[in-house]
Amino acid sequence: MRQPLLRLDGLTKAYPGVLANDDISFEIGIGQMHALLGENGAGKSTLVKMIYGLVKPDRGTMTLRGADYAPAQPSEARRNGVAMVFQHFSLFDALDVAENVALGMENPPPLRDLARRIREVSTAYGLPLDPNRLVGDLSAGERQRVEIVRCLLQEPKLLIMDEPTSVLTPQEVEVLFRTLRQLSAEGTAILYISHKLDEIRALCDEATILRGGRKVATCDPREKSARELAELMVGQVLTPPERPAKPKGAALLQVRNLSLTSNNPFGTSLKDISFTLHAGEVLGIAGVAGNGQDELLLVLSGEVPTGADQVQLKGAPIGHLGPNARRKRGLVAAPEERLGHAAAPDMSLTENALLSAAQRKRLARSGFIDWKATDRFAREIIAKFDVRTPGPDVLARALSGGNLQKFVIGREIELAPDVIVVNQPTWGVDAAAASFIRQALLDMANRGAGVVVISQDLDELLELADSFAALNEGRMTPVRPAKGLSVDEIGLMMGGAHDMTPAQGVSA
Amino acid sequence: MILGSINPAVLMAALMVAATPILLAAIGELVVEKAGVLNLGVEGMMIMGACLGFIVAVNTGSPVLGFVGAACAGMALSLLFALLTQALMTNQVASGLALTLFGLGLTALLGQRYVGITPPRTPKLDLGPLSEIPFLGRALFSHDIVVYLTIALVAAVWWFLNYSRAGMILRAVGENHDAAHALGYHVRRVRVFAIMFGGACAGLGGAYLSLIRVPQWTEGMTVGAGWIALALVVFASWRPWRALAGAYLFGGVVVLQLNLQAAGVKIPVEYLSMSPYLITIFVLVLISSGKARGSLNAPGSLNRPFHASD
Repeated sequence: MRQPLLRLDGLTKAYPGVLANDDISFEIGIGQMHALLGENGAGKSTLVKMIYGLVKPDRGTMTLRGADYAPAQPSEARRNGVAMVFQHFSLFDALDVAENVALGMENPPPLRDLARRIREVSTAYGLPLDPNRLVGDLSAGERQRVEIVRCLLQEPKLLIMDEPTSVLTPQEVEVLFRTLRQLSAEGTAILYISHKLDEIRALCDEATILRGGRKVATCDPREKSARELAELMVGQVLTPPERPAKPKGAALLQVRNLSLTSNNPFGTSLKDISFTLHAGEVLGIAGVAGNGQDELLLVLSGEVPTGADQVQLKGAPIGHLGPNARRKRGLVAAPEERLGHAAAPDMSLTENALLSAAQRKRLARSGFIDWKATDRFAREIIAKFDVRTPGPDVLARALSGGNLQKFVIGREIELAPDVIVVNQPTWGVDAAAASFIRQALLDMANRGAGVVVISQDLDELLELADSFAALNEGRMTPVRPAKGLSVDEIGLMMGGAHDMTPAQGVSA
Repeated sequence: MILGSINPAVLMAALMVAATPILLAAIGELVVEKAGVLNLGVEGMMIMGACLGFIVAVNTGSPVLGFVGAACAGMALSLLFALLTQALMTNQVASGLALTLFGLGLTALLGQRYVGITPPRTPKLDLGPLSEIPFLGRALFSHDIVVYLTIALVAAVWWFLNYSRAGMILRAVGENHDAAHALGYHVRRVRVFAIMFGGACAGLGGAYLSLIRVPQWTEGMTVGAGWIALALVVFASWRPWRALAGAYLFGGVVVLQLNLQAAGVKIPVEYLSMSPYLITIFVLVLISSGKARGSLNAPGSLNRPFHASD
């Protein structure tokens, strides 16, 4: 056993109605790569927030290098050599890289010296960065570099990384892992939070698994299979989604030479996108965040109209139609952002059900709402998709992310559309709910509908998709059959290798 | 038309005086908005400063104490706003409007016995030979000290926002309060300080009206200066030096309007008095079209309520 760096003893934290952490104890050794595993809501975030001083534990103690450690705020944690890279980046778009780094440091040197040190450290660890660029102009991978470099400049003894690879291409993940191994060899301990089991097995030498706020095991992840780890996390046996082989049907949705200039100064413009979606086909569209996914969804859902012929549904031009007209014709969409885009946060589930289903389900007649039918419809979704809520009168914002996602996807699937477009269908959703949503999407395809899944989760796409394409800076690669694609090839597609020859047998 | 009767040196001098109150209020509001808070109560805080500053100056006989009192009065009213929006999480727009109405009403009551009185005179700053320079001396170097202190304040705010760590934290809080909170900065504390600074500046701007520019107390005497200051912040796209330029532009419009009237030009003055707002609308359109670089300078968390999640 290595020398312990940080010891947690019986940490407990309760929020009204939830015991987020219940009596958690474990040790992190000097230079150790320690994984923290668990589903969403298992208490990982609360635990690291306590280590980083953002949350005070109700009970329990921490010991850092043999001395008592109870940080009242993050600056105290930073002074003690504890640094953190956040899952949702804690960056400021309108400030430049050097300013962003300075904001995360205790005693930053003058900006000119800091810029020099940023260059030095970032090259030393293989993460090149230009300190004068605005963070808003950087890619997701570069933004993460800013966060990491910010931590490294303070020479941390413990680096906490919260889901660091969810926004990276496979090649960027490689670079990150190399950096982390280098750090570990230099004696920096790393607490690595993820639910990507393969990564953890490749990287970490010890793993602590949380479930429902409790520690269920500490083990060596290299000695367990990914399946064993997953079952420890979930506490039940997982079944991968079923997908019987099937022939390709008629063309349902066609997109032709679609270009679109983004309205958002930090957005991505779409450039000349063309693809065809067939009945019964699941088309997976990969890409690192911010490469045009949001814009593509807006164009397909009808929120941003285009030339009529550029989007065609069953041969009819629909590019100029808005979302309601498209729903009527059989194309529905579920955007990534649940609160505020897919659902109105301050309206009840019943009202949210009405908002997208009014037409196809005939919930409103000559301007009057049929509340009884709407309520029945909302209850139907809740029952069918196992949405955990006291009832349909609950406000959308009161649901947890996973439950609301089940409701939103369920609502669209229940409309029995011909084509459904989803963006990040299982983002922030726990494993059980995610596999449920994926199965529901596959069932739709089996019934003959066309499904477009835009996602950053490669495992998800490989599990679901029949055909595969990637977005890079607003351009889309040719669609290829998903079967037989290697992770390397996918990485190249995501990285922008547009001229790759399409594999034979696309028409299969 | 007898435009020849307008003396450019006098016009320039009058313009600097006319610009000072709106510039004071605007530079305060600029800092408030850079911290991510939209305080529409500028007009209310200005009139509080105008009224309280007048009362203090008349009773003590000291214009300096009057200005101090005005800053305190503006700050007191802004603290009410801070309490409402930062502690009780009320809507910023509604609270700001309420602040304006409250300020106007309260000062009408407090100032009743002071109508028609002349306040103690604020001496002009003696700049010696500088004010003897032909034209420039009359236009630039014959003012009271507040005019010059205001320009110094603009410089100080510019330096603070761009070159000091505290200023960087303030911008960070206004740009993305969730990220600032995650890094361990005290979002509310920063915002309350910014709001107080904005209140003090607005109060000083009001006192400049009642003690120097007019100088007299009448009910509702700010007549929209606070709104012009708010428009000015947007017009300046949250940059201090541009706020100075904009204040002279808007101040110039006000002065020109008086001079043109005096010169007997037959343009309805209403066209000129609405022009600052028209220009601001134009700038807003430019910003939201996303073409102008200015859209990036708008604080990202402006007017968004901050709930600290655990």
